[in-house]
Amino acid sequence: MRVDLVVVGASWGGLHAVSTLLRGLPADFDAAVAVAQHRGVQAPDLLVGSLQAATALPVQEAEDKDPIEPGRVYLAPADYHLLVAPTGFELSVDERVQHARPSIDVLFESAAEVYRERVLGVLLTGANSDGTAGLARIRAEGGTTLVQHPATAASRRMPEAAIAAGVADAVVALDDLARALAEVCRTGRRLAPRGAA
Amino acid sequence: MADGPDGSLELAARPRDAELEALEVELLLEAIYRRYSFDFREYAVGSLRRRLWRRVQEEGLETISALQDRVLHDPSAMDRLLRDLSVNVTSMFRDPTFYRSFRDNVVPHLRTYPFIRIWNAGCSTGEETYSVAIVLHEAGLLERVRLYGTDVNARVVQRARAGTLPGERLESYDEAYRQAGGTAGLLDYFDTDRDGCTLRPELARNIVFAQHNLVSDRSFNEFHVVMCRNVMIYFGRTLQDRVHSLLHESLANFGVLALGRKESIRFTRHERCYEDLDGREKLYRKVC
Ligand SMILES: C[S@@+](CC[C@H](N)C(=O)[O-])C[C@H]1O[C@@H](n2cnc3c(N)ncnc32)[C@H](O)[C@@H]1O
Repeated sequence: MRVDLVVVGASWGGLHAVSTLLRGLPADFDAAVAVAQHRGVQAPDLLVGSLQAATALPVQEAEDKDPIEPGRVYLAPADYHLLVAPTGFELSVDERVQHARPSIDVLFESAAEVYRERVLGVLLTGANSDGTAGLARIRAEGGTTLVQHPATAASRRMPEAAIAAGVADAVVALDDLARALAEVCRTGRRLAPRGAA
Repeated sequence: MADGPDGSLELAARPRDAELEALEVELLLEAIYRRYSFDFREYAVGSLRRRLWRRVQEEGLETISALQDRVLHDPSAMDRLLRDLSVNVTSMFRDPTFYRSFRDNVVPHLRTYPFIRIWNAGCSTGEETYSVAIVLHEAGLLERVRLYGTDVNARVVQRARAGTLPGERLESYDEAYRQAGGTAGLLDYFDTDRDGCTLRPELARNIVFAQHNLVSDRSFNEFHVVMCRNVMIYFGRTLQDRVHSLLHESLANFGVLALGRKESIRFTRHERCYEDLDGREKLYRKVC
């Protein structure tokens, strides 16, 4: 099954990790990428610029009801949740989820519900446990999950929480993540055989 | 769904039948409309679905259909759901750069009118309305302004009318006010006592708060400015188009439409009726 949407979640230390990931993607990468990065409201545009510097794929902050187009990188705006709906992205200013807005779980869970086995979830560095429930949801719907190897993460907590919960299909060093991701997207193959559970 | 650490993980790990769920949601919203006249049928599904599932969980139920059964037979369950579905998150001087632009680009235009009508649609508990009132006051215009703040939710309209702010948020509000270019102190505009602080009468005097539903109510005046921020993100495309018609109808020629930071007039049916006043801050001028 091909992957049409890659969802990426990052918190503390995420700018470096997300940039590294994007830098490694091929220029003809043809899935859409949506990123939820925890961040402050200050200087909301800086992040787009920094990420754009890392990749040839166009990077933009998602606006309400933007269509989800292949080969583009969409960033959850500061202070909004980014959700995936059948018709495109939706934004909300709903309460914070586990202290976060944007929430990684909100992005991942909504992506799983719409894209099901065509979604790949990638969880990066962070000092909380956002994203674990989202990855669980992605797996439950038949999608694939990658988690940054904690030893290569600026903050190990977020990846470790996901690994402890058993929701990582593969645990990959930061420098190898882009390759692993592109491989899953290209071949549509899961990384490891999975038990019935 | 992901709000609690344990039960939520178990729930998350359970696969769902998306088609069946969509049907259940549709039936529930139809039932709510027919029984209670609250119309969520054309709201955006993403946030709505999260909220419905949370209510399912909190009621100790398993499915959206079960929630339908409960709210139809138990009006107090409908009350609880209604509270869940009402997202009233707001703050004073949210997006400080917006208020800067409002002062620089909208206020000079307003000066040309002897009497100014402004509609703040979806004003929630009033913080946004108070913020505009302060900007207009500092520009020396408030005397000439009638500011209408409306919301569908009667509870928040009542709070807006009371004009009180929770004390614990004052510090961050004051910070935002300064970033927005405020030169006094925010507290100069509020009377403080033990319970919090209340908007001073000279600012409150020209504000009218009322209940108004953008989905079903008509336009009620012609305005020089219509602000509707972070309200239509909760609406689906079709409903957005309808509400845009209502707002457009309510605007005088060359009137100003203000949307939220991540909303856009682009790709709506009314795109061609507006030109950018400040595209970044989502300020548009009606030109036809
Ligand atoms: C997230 S708040 C935004 C408040 C404020 N405009 C801001 O940006 O800070 C959305 C508000 O829209 C109101 N709302 C939702 N549906 C509405 C409708 N059909 N008509 C009028 N207001 C509505 C809600 O009650 C809520 O207070």
